[in-house]
Amino acid sequence: MPEARHEQDFRAAILDPQKPTPAGLASAFGGVPKKRFDVYRNNVTMSLVSALAEIFPAVSRIVGEERFTDLARLFVREHPPKSPLLFRYGEHFPAFIDGFAPAASMPYLADVARIEHAWLSAYHAADDASLSPEALSAIAPERLPQARFTRHPAAALVRSQYAAVTIFNANRGEQERQRINAGVPENGLVTRPEIEVQLVAIAAADAAFLHELMAGKTLAEAAGIAASADAAFDLSAAIGLVLTSGAFVAVEA
Amino acid sequence: MNSHVSVVEDAGTRFPDYAIRGLSGASFKPEHFAAISADDAYDGFLEIHAENYMGDGGAPHRNLSAIRERFPVSLHGVCMSIGGQGALDAEHLARFAALVRRYEPALVSEHLAWSTHDDAFLNDLLPLPYTAETLAHVCAHIDQVQEAIGRPLLLENPSTYLLFEESTYSETDFLEEVTERTGCGLLLDVNNVFVSATNHGTSALDYLAQFPLEKIGEIHLAGHAEQDDGEGHVLLIDSHDGPVADPVWKLYEIVIGQCGPIPTLVEWDNDIPDWPVLKSEAAAARAILDRHAETYMLGRRHA
Repeated sequence: MPEARHEQDFRAAILDPQKPTPAGLASAFGGVPKKRFDVYRNNVTMSLVSALAEIFPAVSRIVGEERFTDLARLFVREHPPKSPLLFRYGEHFPAFIDGFAPAASMPYLADVARIEHAWLSAYHAADDASLSPEALSAIAPERLPQARFTRHPAAALVRSQYAAVTIFNANRGEQERQRINAGVPENGLVTRPEIEVQLVAIAAADAAFLHELMAGKTLAEAAGIAASADAAFDLSAAIGLVLTSGAFVAVEA
Repeated sequence: MNSHVSVVEDAGTRFPDYAIRGLSGASFKPEHFAAISADDAYDGFLEIHAENYMGDGGAPHRNLSAIRERFPVSLHGVCMSIGGQGALDAEHLARFAALVRRYEPALVSEHLAWSTHDDAFLNDLLPLPYTAETLAHVCAHIDQVQEAIGRPLLLENPSTYLLFEESTYSETDFLEEVTERTGCGLLLDVNNVFVSATNHGTSALDYLAQFPLEKIGEIHLAGHAEQDDGEGHVLLIDSHDGPVADPVWKLYEIVIGQCGPIPTLVEWDNDIPDWPVLKSEAAAARAILDRHAETYMLGRRHA
C-alpha cells in the first residue's frame, strides 16, 4: 500500500541510526539529506531521553548523566511511548532496568525507578478527599472485618528488598552524597492527600496490610495476611495508618 | 469520587472573558508560576501546551486555574498528529476538547505535522509531503477536531529540515487549501518561516507574500539554533532555546505592518530563562504591536 509510506519509513529509521536514510527525501541543495534526517532522529530520541531523565531524576543522578543517556536511549528504541502523554511514559522502565546486565551491581535501581514513576503518577492523579475517621467509625464494629476500602487515585506502594526510599530521598535534590546501607528492605507508600506528593517508609507488615486493602481484600483478610507475614503486626496501629496516610478515600461494609 | 473535577465541570464555572487582540504573550512554564503570581505588571497572555494539562488533577490544574483567572490563555496542542495518515486518537481528541471546555482559551491551535504512527508516539513535529492525498487526510482531521471543540482551530506552519520528492503543492498553497476546505485559521510561526526558508534556500519574504495572511489568528516567535547540513549549507534548528533572532523580528514587523495587531506569542521551551527575561521578549513584541495598532487606528488598513 503506497499510503503513509513516508510514515512507515520514518518510523522504521528514526530510532535506529544504523538504518539508511529513507528514500524520497531531498535537500533543496542536492546531495544526501542524511544529516537533515538526523535532525529528526536526534529530536525524537533526545526529547524522549530528556523526558525519561525528568521522570527518573534520582536514577539519573545515581548512574550519572552519561550512563543514564545510554540506558534511556536503549529503552526508547525498544519501548517508544504509545501515548502522547509523556508523564505516563516509562511504565516499563523499572523492569527494563531489572533486565539490564550493566546495572546488576545496583539491584536497588529498579525499585527507585518504581518510586519515581509512582511519584509522578501521584502528582497528576485526580484530586480526592482522604478517608475521614467518621466514615470508618460509622461502620458497626461487627461489620468491620468485612469492610473494604477504596484506594485514593494517587496512592501507590513500592515494596523493596532494598533501601529504595532512603536512596530515592537522597537523590531527588542536590544533597551531599551519603553512605547508605542499600541492603535494608524498605516499603515506600506514595500518597497525595492534597497537592504535595508524599513518600513515607512503612513497616513490612503494614505494607502487606495496605497492599491487600488496595487490592480490594476485606479488613479481616488483609489483617490475616499481614499477621502471618509478621507476628508483630499491630492491627490498631495499621488502621491508624489507613486513616492518616491519605491512601484511601472511602470504606464500605 | 473525582469530586473536585466534577464540581468544576458541573457548575460550568466561567472564567473572565478577556480580549486577546493586540496582546503579546509568553509560554507558561510551571517554574515561572510563583514569579507570575507575584507579578502585578504583566499584561499579556499565556500559552500552554495542551498535553501538559491532560492529567486528572493536582498542581498542574490548580496552577492553570489560577493563571486563567488572571490572564487570557491560548491552548496549543502539540501531539494531535493532524498531519498523520492514521485516524486521530479519539481519546486524545476527547481530552483536548475537555480542556477547551474547561479553560475557555482565547485561541486554540495545533500543528501541520505528525507524531504518531500505528501506536508509536515519536514526540516530534514530523514533516509530511504536500500531496492531494495528505491534503485530504489533514482536512478530515481538522474537520474532526473542529467538530469536537465546537470552534475554529488555528493550524501552524511547520519548521522543516528536508523536502519530499513527491510533494505537488507548495506549503503555502497547501495551507491555503486547508483553510478553504475546513474553515480553520492559521497560526503563523515567523521563526518557522525563517528556519524553513534558510534550510531550503528560499526567501522568507516570498513565503510570506504567498501566505494567506488574512487567515492568521495568532503569531509565534521563538529562537533557533544553527548547525550545518554536512554538505556545506547552514541548517537552522527550531530549538526554542534562546531569544528571537533579529531577522525574525524584522519579518515579524513586516507581517504586523501588513496585518495589524495579531496576538503574538514568544515561545521558549528549552534552557528556560527566569521569568523577567521571557517577559521582556513578550514586551518587545508588544511594542511592535502597539506601534502598528496606532497606524491601524488611523485607518491605514484601508488605504
